[in-house]
Amino acid sequence: MEIYLILKVVWWLLLGVLLMGLAVMVGMDMGVGTILRYVGRTDLERRVALNIIGPHWDGNQVWFILGGGAVFAAFPLIYATAFSGFYVVMLLLLWSMIVRPLGFEYRSKMPSARWRNVWDWSLFISGFLPMLVFGAAIGNILQGVPFHFSWNLTSYYTGSFLALFNPFAILCGVLSVALSSMMGALTVMNGAEDAMFQRARKLVMVAAAVAVVLFALGGVWVHAIDGFQLVSGPSGNLAQTPMQQTVTQASGAWFGNYSAHPALWLVPLVGFAGVIGAALAARAGRSHLGWWSGALGWIGVIGTVGAAMFPFMMPSSSEPSQSLTLWNATSSQLTLTWMVGFTVVFVPLVVWYTSWAFYVMRGKVKPEHVAADEHAY
Amino acid sequence: MMIDSTVVELSRWQFAATALYHFLFVPLTLGLSFLLAAMETIYVTTGRKIYKDMAQFWGKLFLINFAIGVATGLTMEFEFGTNWSFYSSFVGDIFGAPLAIEGLMAFFMESTFVGIMVFGWDRLKRGQHLAVTYLVAVGSNLSALWILIANSFMQTPQGASFNPHTMRMELSSFTDLIFSHDAQAKFVHTSIAGYVTAAIFVCGVSAFYMLRKRHTELARRSFRVAAIFGILATLGVITLGDALGFVGGQAQPTKLAAMEALWKTEQGPMPFNVVAFPSQKDQTNHGELQIPYALSLLVTHSVDGSVPGVDQLEAMAKQRIRNGIPAVQALQTLSKNPEDQTALATFRQHQDDLGYGFLVQGYQHDLSKVTDADVDAAAKATIPPVAPVFWAFRTMVAFGFAMLAFFILAVVFTLRNNVERRRWFLKIAPWMIPVPFIANEAGWLVAELGRQPWTVYGVLPTWMSASTHSVTYMVFSLAGFVLIYSAFIAVEMFLMVRAIRRGPDDHGDHKPSPALTTANAEA
Repeated sequence: MEIYLILKVVWWLLLGVLLMGLAVMVGMDMGVGTILRYVGRTDLERRVALNIIGPHWDGNQVWFILGGGAVFAAFPLIYATAFSGFYVVMLLLLWSMIVRPLGFEYRSKMPSARWRNVWDWSLFISGFLPMLVFGAAIGNILQGVPFHFSWNLTSYYTGSFLALFNPFAILCGVLSVALSSMMGALTVMNGAEDAMFQRARKLVMVAAAVAVVLFALGGVWVHAIDGFQLVSGPSGNLAQTPMQQTVTQASGAWFGNYSAHPALWLVPLVGFAGVIGAALAARAGRSHLGWWSGALGWIGVIGTVGAAMFPFMMPSSSEPSQSLTLWNATSSQLTLTWMVGFTVVFVPLVVWYTSWAFYVMRGKVKPEHVAADEHAY
Repeated sequence: MMIDSTVVELSRWQFAATALYHFLFVPLTLGLSFLLAAMETIYVTTGRKIYKDMAQFWGKLFLINFAIGVATGLTMEFEFGTNWSFYSSFVGDIFGAPLAIEGLMAFFMESTFVGIMVFGWDRLKRGQHLAVTYLVAVGSNLSALWILIANSFMQTPQGASFNPHTMRMELSSFTDLIFSHDAQAKFVHTSIAGYVTAAIFVCGVSAFYMLRKRHTELARRSFRVAAIFGILATLGVITLGDALGFVGGQAQPTKLAAMEALWKTEQGPMPFNVVAFPSQKDQTNHGELQIPYALSLLVTHSVDGSVPGVDQLEAMAKQRIRNGIPAVQALQTLSKNPEDQTALATFRQHQDDLGYGFLVQGYQHDLSKVTDADVDAAAKATIPPVAPVFWAFRTMVAFGFAMLAFFILAVVFTLRNNVERRRWFLKIAPWMIPVPFIANEAGWLVAELGRQPWTVYGVLPTWMSASTHSVTYMVFSLAGFVLIYSAFIAVEMFLMVRAIRRGPDDHGDHKPSPALTTANAEA
């Protein structure tokens, strides 16, 4: 039994699950922030929107924190290389994200319109920017990132900050913003009524249309960029460093896995079907169905990238043979084993009590309740 | 390829500043969550509504503090990767696990239930809501447990070994990692310090109300709950602080020498320096005020125990540096040829001192050219900056005993039911609020500055751990943090003071608050 190899694949899959959880759960809250000023025209309407996600945004945000923690624990080299390489972008992401908790908690603490306006804009930035960076980071990783290692695996990033904002990365970023706005709008539909419900409904359809077009366009574009191929390297069951393999680049190489295993085409299909289904459900006014369909769409989109890149996780454009793969960037067997144990016990527990929290807070948020309840945001 | 030492310095300043800032808010969250649970427990068991009002009023202050704690905690998770990337890849196999488990086990619990705690008052039965409040408190304290387990690996690394095939430290025993004595003592010491912080905060604010004769019923009861909670917690902090000194003294002798400004090793019984003016350059104290026997008693828990001073520690460090050089050289050979058995054997022989080999590389990158002067300089650097550690430690201890005195009086007065007539005491109490915060920060300084020059004690030197950024990047990020964090604290203090001044009256079911009526009018 090649236990280490299996553990590496399991952790690659678990990271995928975490990224999907992050995209769906954090993405919807950030989407609400992005569309806040459009769906909510008055202060009270905006408070309704904020109170729909009010009881849950903090719990949802842990998907992001856990995503970071899991990369650190299971793929330390990727955590180190990506976070330091994308330094300025990471700081912009961080700074926009740390404003968000304050936006929720502090916005409605003062009656002043100017105060609330400032926080509304902060919530917009802290919804829009992180999702843009999230997508753009995936866009850059697909193209390869200029980094290399010294003898003791110190990582050196040799690219510029502005190079991260290339057209393909921006396309991926906007796709991610569109998907998160769509989920945000569906969430508003779930919790609001009347005019807000209608505005959100319109938004779902626009955002879904944008997402479908960009996802298709991105697929065509990926054909043209140079993908990466693992030519040779140590067996996946061995402990190894990124210094022991040979990697080449070729146009269209990211489609190699799809050609080898045509069943994988189901994954992008789920992406398209989920997003289109979300739009249709929203049109029919069935927002809960739309939410689940949209979540499935997100899962399909992220899964599409994962299926294309396997076994690559962060390819190097300047030293392709030092690319990070799931074979050479994972933690030791012992660490992966313990972490699987904790995941098996705690993730179901988390899903269970998160569902309970949503169940407790189910139903529409009424403007008159928001106005009267002083616990409300 | 060397990392610019300015970049390392700036990375250290940035991490220290953001961690100290984050640590302003965390202890209050840790303690106040349990105080809320205590108040709500009284409400649920006695059914007296005043305790619900209390839980809700302090809950409001809790949330103002909680939001900024959550926000600044994100920074900490980012910074290991953004600014300490070599550290992260070198020990991520060990250090990452408790961080991920923290998210999985603690953050999810705390963050999911805090939303229900705030929004669920009318949707849950009393008992259910009480359970939710307890889960928030347990969750936040569990997160402290896991982060301190991670921190303890930096202080007293155990349960790990270096793997030359992957060029990093790897986990060798998960149980050794999580059951480290340092982690246990530190968790209890730190989380209870949080309870003390919250107790002083509640006492101080309540005293302010009693002094103004506002909300006296709520203030008197809050004061009593907090005073009793506080005295128990303070006794716990001091006991565990002693245990921590005992554990740390054995595992981190250089930190201990710095804490006590102990330059020369002497035969026990050794005196304790109450006051001293340490000079790192001359390796001596200019003026000392000592208590005989006290150091041996405190550190070795025996009358005539001996404690190693700087002179002995430096001599030992020199030995380990010379021993560590071949270990690094063998690794360099292995990086080119992983099958080289001679290099592997040399490495195995010297691997315990690998970190010291890395340390001297900060002075002479080419290890074949290391001189005696380089070894001396590196050995001197194994002693952390003595004066700041010495004084931070004394500040923490002095403030700890000041708080103990405060709580003794508070408990006596509140049990005799005459605290409202002790106006001098009520006047002092609000001024006690900064004391635990300063003590917490001083404690952080002792622990983390006392760990220098290592990120992982004896294993990985700080200079190697930093990311390879340019000075420009570091200036940019540091400036950004200063700007954003200054704005944050201004807003937080403003809202906190405002909420305290308004008091609990706009809370509860009595009457609609002015804030909300204006908000409605605007909408």
